[in-house]
Amino acid sequence: MNVSKSILGPALFVCMLVNLYLIFMFAPTESSMGQIQRIFYFHVPTAWVSGLSLFVLFISSILYLWKKQRKYDIVAHAAGEIGVLFMTMFLVTGPIWARPVWNIWWDWSPRLTSSLVLWFIFVAYLMLRNFVENEEKGARLAAVFAIVGFVDVPIVYMSIRLWADIHPRPVIGGGESSGLHPDMKIAFYFSVFTFTLLFLYLLIQRVRLQKTTVAISEMKKQIAY
Amino acid sequence: MIAKVGVLLWKDILSELRTKELIFSMLVFSLMVAVIFNFSFPPGSEFIKDASPGILWMTFIFAGLLGMNRSFVYEVDTGCLQGLMLAPMDRSVIYISKLLVNFIFIGTVELIVTPLFAIFFDFSIIDSLGPFLLMLFLSTLGFSVIGTLFSAIAVNTKTREVMLPILHFPVVIPIIICAVQATSAIFQGREWSEIWNWLKILIAFDIIFLILAILMFEYVIEE
Repeated sequence: MNVSKSILGPALFVCMLVNLYLIFMFAPTESSMGQIQRIFYFHVPTAWVSGLSLFVLFISSILYLWKKQRKYDIVAHAAGEIGVLFMTMFLVTGPIWARPVWNIWWDWSPRLTSSLVLWFIFVAYLMLRNFVENEEKGARLAAVFAIVGFVDVPIVYMSIRLWADIHPRPVIGGGESSGLHPDMKIAFYFSVFTFTLLFLYLLIQRVRLQKTTVAISEMKKQIAY
Repeated sequence: MIAKVGVLLWKDILSELRTKELIFSMLVFSLMVAVIFNFSFPPGSEFIKDASPGILWMTFIFAGLLGMNRSFVYEVDTGCLQGLMLAPMDRSVIYISKLLVNFIFIGTVELIVTPLFAIFFDFSIIDSLGPFLLMLFLSTLGFSVIGTLFSAIAVNTKTREVMLPILHFPVVIPIIICAVQATSAIFQGREWSEIWNWLKILIAFDIIFLILAILMFEYVIEE
């Protein structure tokens, strides 16, 4: 019984279409930024999904070290990959928005710098996994790194904030969520919901794929030896 | 436990005293970094004074990584780690002794390099030696806490020497920020309260990661 393929997949497809409609047709155009503001409906949900994957990665890494069961490692690996994917999308959509609005691609503000650091931690996690030959050992070491990395994120954010405070910079653009039109809110929350479904779908599919890979390699071992 | 850590610590210090490989390579490397950094500024530039805390810390970090990269390579390649794991003691003893070795080696290099850098880049720390040494202690400790744990991880990968910085840099960013800012506050003769703001983060970092690293090390070397 494949719930993800039979229910989640079609539901996600419908939601994606509705989401596109809400973002491009339903939500009003922002008065000062114009059309470019619509990227915000993609940008913020990608950040949300990255955070979600980091959390799943952290929890499943702890469970793996504790219970030593393969399934937790498979979930952690999948969450790590999804994290890199969405963190990259987050870092790409940000500058696309910032260029016309702030007139610069990149700004070393606390939020941007911390996001970049988080991206590096995710990438280092995946590299570590791929560079250890023994799979069980790789899973164990990567879990240790994921836990240390997760604990580090708030400290990184705090220290970068403090660092940015002593280098004052002109305030450009207000808070993103300040004074959203009700229709914008609908589009925004629906987009977050759709991206969460997408996250679940990707996670489940990736875990299934990995389980199949493991099953095949077990079979190969049985036949070959 | 302290006696066991002492024995392991002495083993590493003794083997270093016989070869003097690590400390010398780290020292020469540090001085070369100073020369290279000098070329990244126009000749006679005033920028170099503002940049000196950053240069000092980049040097310590690169030199430190150079040293920490080696800390488990030798143990693994000679099978010594296996022997240590068979010895009747807690695994954390191995971690703590390696941490102290790295801390002592990096600290030694820092204490030799800082006066030389003071000459090269024209800064003075004599007036605020206390805060400077405290800052050096806290940041080197945090840097080694993470570095020792990660070098035990990196030694298992195919690209040992490259992997350590990739794991290490993003995680020690708070240390780099606090150390550089505290150093520049010290160089500019700022008030203690401002320096203390940075030291507080360093202390929090050191405590959190020291505990976490001791807990995690067991999983890193488990066979």
